[in-house]
Amino acid sequence: MTTAARLTATDDGLRVAGALTIDAVAALAPAAVAGAVIDVTDMTHMDTAGAWFLIDLQDRAGGAQIVGATPVQTQLIETVRANLAPADAAPPAPDDLTARVSDFGKRVATAGQTAKELLSFLGQVVAAIAGLLWRPRRLRLTSLVHQCQQVGLNAVPIVALMAFLIGVVLAFQGSAQLRQFGAEVFVVDLISISVLRELGILLTAIIVAGRSGSAFTAAIGSMKMREEIDALRTLGLDPIDVLVVPRVLALMLMLPALGFVADLSGLIGGAMMSWIDLGVSPAVFQARLLSNTDVWHFGVGMIKAPFFALIIGIIGCYEGMSVGGDAESLGRLTSTSVVLSIFMVIVMDALFSIFFATVGI
Amino acid sequence: MVTDSDDHIIRVRGLVTRFGAHTVHDGLDLDVRRGEIIGIVGGSGTGKSVLLRAIVGLLQPQAGKIEVFGESVRDTGVDAYRDLRRRWGVMFQDGALFSSLTVRQNVEAPMREQLDLPDALRETLAGIKVRMVGLPEDAMDKFPSELSGGMRKRAGFARAIALDPAIVFLDEPTAGLDPVGAAAFDTLIKQLQAALGLTVFFVTHDLDSLNAICDRIAVLADRKVLAVGTMDDMMKVDHPWVREYFHGPRARAALASAGKTS
Ligand SMILES: Nc1ncnc2c1ncn2[C@@H]1O[C@H](COP(=O)(O)OP(=O)(O)OP(=O)(O)O)[C@@H](O)[C@H]1O
Ligand SMILES: [Mg+2]
Repeated sequence: MTTAARLTATDDGLRVAGALTIDAVAALAPAAVAGAVIDVTDMTHMDTAGAWFLIDLQDRAGGAQIVGATPVQTQLIETVRANLAPADAAPPAPDDLTARVSDFGKRVATAGQTAKELLSFLGQVVAAIAGLLWRPRRLRLTSLVHQCQQVGLNAVPIVALMAFLIGVVLAFQGSAQLRQFGAEVFVVDLISISVLRELGILLTAIIVAGRSGSAFTAAIGSMKMREEIDALRTLGLDPIDVLVVPRVLALMLMLPALGFVADLSGLIGGAMMSWIDLGVSPAVFQARLLSNTDVWHFGVGMIKAPFFALIIGIIGCYEGMSVGGDAESLGRLTSTSVVLSIFMVIVMDALFSIFFATVGI
Repeated sequence: MVTDSDDHIIRVRGLVTRFGAHTVHDGLDLDVRRGEIIGIVGGSGTGKSVLLRAIVGLLQPQAGKIEVFGESVRDTGVDAYRDLRRRWGVMFQDGALFSSLTVRQNVEAPMREQLDLPDALRETLAGIKVRMVGLPEDAMDKFPSELSGGMRKRAGFARAIALDPAIVFLDEPTAGLDPVGAAAFDTLIKQLQAALGLTVFFVTHDLDSLNAICDRIAVLADRKVLAVGTMDDMMKVDHPWVREYFHGPRARAALASAGKTS
């Protein structure tokens, strides 16, 4: 309908004809120079980009005159002129090395600050949970049961399947080695000790961190983003009581249960594979398991479970509470939450190994 | 400005929208003329925002026809829809700024998507738009969560007019602004409308705005557009809600103050 703007040079300057809109401005050579007069009589249409273009032309020509603009166009030009960037220059970019050093320093300081806050958050939650002993009625039972279903019951299939496959893999890999010494029957010890003591609970904790830890961060974080946490506070409700305690408590109750499920299905998977691959019958497997595997192996796994649960729950909820106003921080902190909790679970597991070795279990 | 009464830039016919069993619009008709500012009023929950969403094609109506620039919004192809979108700007009721972008980047976003501009030009133009809506210089590089509610509204408006569209849809742009700010906002809309030949679809509850800048007013009630016309026409409509709205104490105050100043 309208033709894009054309610039033609005249004796004393420049003539603009056609529609001077944003597309035209992008296409026109930015090098175009005006003379003393910019004639816009034939300009059919102009938008803000067009107005800016005229002002820019005018300034670069050292104050050329714009003639032939309609009152409406003049008004738009004046509006745009009033809203140009202020003349003062941008702040100088900081020196590269200084910037890097200060960036490093900031990161270290932030990490220290996070550790401190995490610790204080842990304290608050533990205090809130301990407070429940005196005032059990403050416990949100509905919420707790709901969370137990979410983090516990709904995770049973995936945890059982994972542990079953781990049992199968252990039996399969172990048998290949043990057969060389004719020590097939030791596969039972291999499976039972590694599953009961380490793998069952550790892998369960990792799955739960990925599944529930991230869900905690996302749920609490999006509530934080929509100011629901502030709303809770103004209603006199403590977000720790309402949101964090039920989640952490549910995790501490459910992770041992899930660990138990993992132990069972790991042993079943191992027993099955031993039978198929090595001919160790389930009866022999059972007898060997009962006579040779100390019950403490199972105990060690179970003792670790609530601690892992506490780590996952605290980190998941803390990261959720640290979400700011933007959607990006929600995504970033959700992944931080998973990575950090898995890392801390493994660190904790290492510490437990040292501890149990020292006490001699 | 063309104000031929046949020149309708938006034409809605027999619109029916439903959420489950809840019917929001039932046979709604509305025409918007090119170059006018039309104010849409109605009680809370009468479907003003839903109407806006239906017109810009975010919502599939159960029945009815919606034409913008003479083209049916739902039946166009992908390219035609893209082209349509470039010619309108929308400001949602709660701002809907991209929370991970700064104000300037928010305003640049439509330019980046729709046009192929050099970076410097895009930044300059975005800067002009941000200043035009009256945001201070230091708001430019802030994130939406660091702004006040009123500032977010302004930033949303800046993004809506980023491409100098032919139509802007504004959903309660002045709600939550201080009265001085709201009046300045009205002036700004009016000024841009005159300068750019904008058509403005203006959902509002603010009687001062209606009075000051709207060429016509459409009242939504009983799942339809109950009446369309100027402020004077509205004063004569015989419907309980409309009477209450335009003859209530607030309306009288707004009209009186407008009468005094003009
Ligand atoms: N996505 C949705 N799902 C279900 N119902 C909806 C949805 N969006 C809107 N509604 C319903 O449609 C009706 C109209 O909503 P709408 O947001 O258009 O109101 P409104 O006129 O803009 O009100 P307000 O002035 O408060 O903004 C309301 O009853 C609302 O509950
Ligand atoms: Mg609304």
